Amino acid sequence: MIPLFIAAEEGGEGGLHFPSIGELVNWPSFWGEGWYALNKIGLICLAATFLTLLLFFLAGRKGALVPRGVQNLVEASVDFIREGIVLQTMGEEGLHKKWIMPFLTSLFWFILFCNIAGIIPPINMPASARMAIPLVLSLIVYVIFNVVGIISQGPISYFKNALFPPGVPIALYILVTPIELVSTFLVRPFSLAVRLFANTLAGHILLVTFGILAYTTLQANLLIVPSILATVMLVLMTGFEVMVAFLQAYIFTILTAVYIGGAMHPEH
Amino acid sequence: MAYSPVLAQITANGEELVDFGRAISAGFAYGLAAIGPGIGIGYLVGQAVQAMARQPEAAGMVRTTMFLGVAFTEALALIGFVVFILLGL
Repeated sequence: MIPLFIAAEEGGEGGLHFPSIGELVNWPSFWGEGWYALNKIGLICLAATFLTLLLFFLAGRKGALVPRGVQNLVEASVDFIREGIVLQTMGEEGLHKKWIMPFLTSLFWFILFCNIAGIIPPINMPASARMAIPLVLSLIVYVIFNVVGIISQGPISYFKNALFPPGVPIALYILVTPIELVSTFLVRPFSLAVRLFANTLAGHILLVTFGILAYTTLQANLLIVPSILATVMLVLMTGFEVMVAFLQAYIFTILTAVYIGGAMHPEH
Repeated sequence: MAYSPVLAQITANGEELVDFGRAISAGFAYGLAAIGPGIGIGYLVGQAVQAMARQPEAAGMVRTTMFLGVAFTEALALIGFVVFILLGL
């Protein structure tokens, strides 16, 4: 209905123009071309890396017994990852391996910064809405959990436990083994990447849609009420996207922990 | 061959027909992909809330497992969304 009204308002020429997805996510490069081209997405990733480093540098500089400010925030996040993710999925053993907590914490903060860039006004582009970033992260996770499995169980028993889960009748292995092969070694990194990518891209498209709706209806003078409605929805959706940004960072981290924990021990 | 005029017009331009098909199937891809996960997530969260209400001291564990289950269930809808994007491009 609304596009019809606008088209009428502007003499049938104008109307609502929603950009295609290519227009939304393809950014021209600022500097360089080819494989070393640096565009907005690359800058956001660099900023996310730098901010994570800066945050932990600032938090660790004083080492106060009673944490305040930045140190408080970072300690809360570390505590959350220890209690809510590592202990829940891997148990005490996850804390004994020294690299797991730093890896999961930096992963969480990096994804959080990449996601939250979609809501900060001058940037307004979540870096994880490009497939490349979630894909690289999930390939890192894929390599790590396979290497952890091979090291902690030995190569033969790791693949044997993953492909031939114990406690299944022998005849059923014809059915179970291909399913396990596909779901563990092929679909797992793909679905891990797609989950983050599609959630952030969907959120980005939602915000763009309501933003354009609010702006275009405001331009057409008669449409004050739809404009107000669209603006209210835009504000609500921005709040929703803040939640999604946290939730997706949490889910990516906890799934990483589950995969690593599953590779450390054979399934019972 | 007795085409109706409209059909003749559409088939005259093959690209338009392809675009038509893509637009229709993109909508169906996402719409159909959202049905199953919608039911699944609703059931999952409902059961999780019931579990938390019955045993509040296990709420933390239930919540973690619930988010894991939601993530796995949601993946199907998201794959539908990706298909929607691929067709929409």
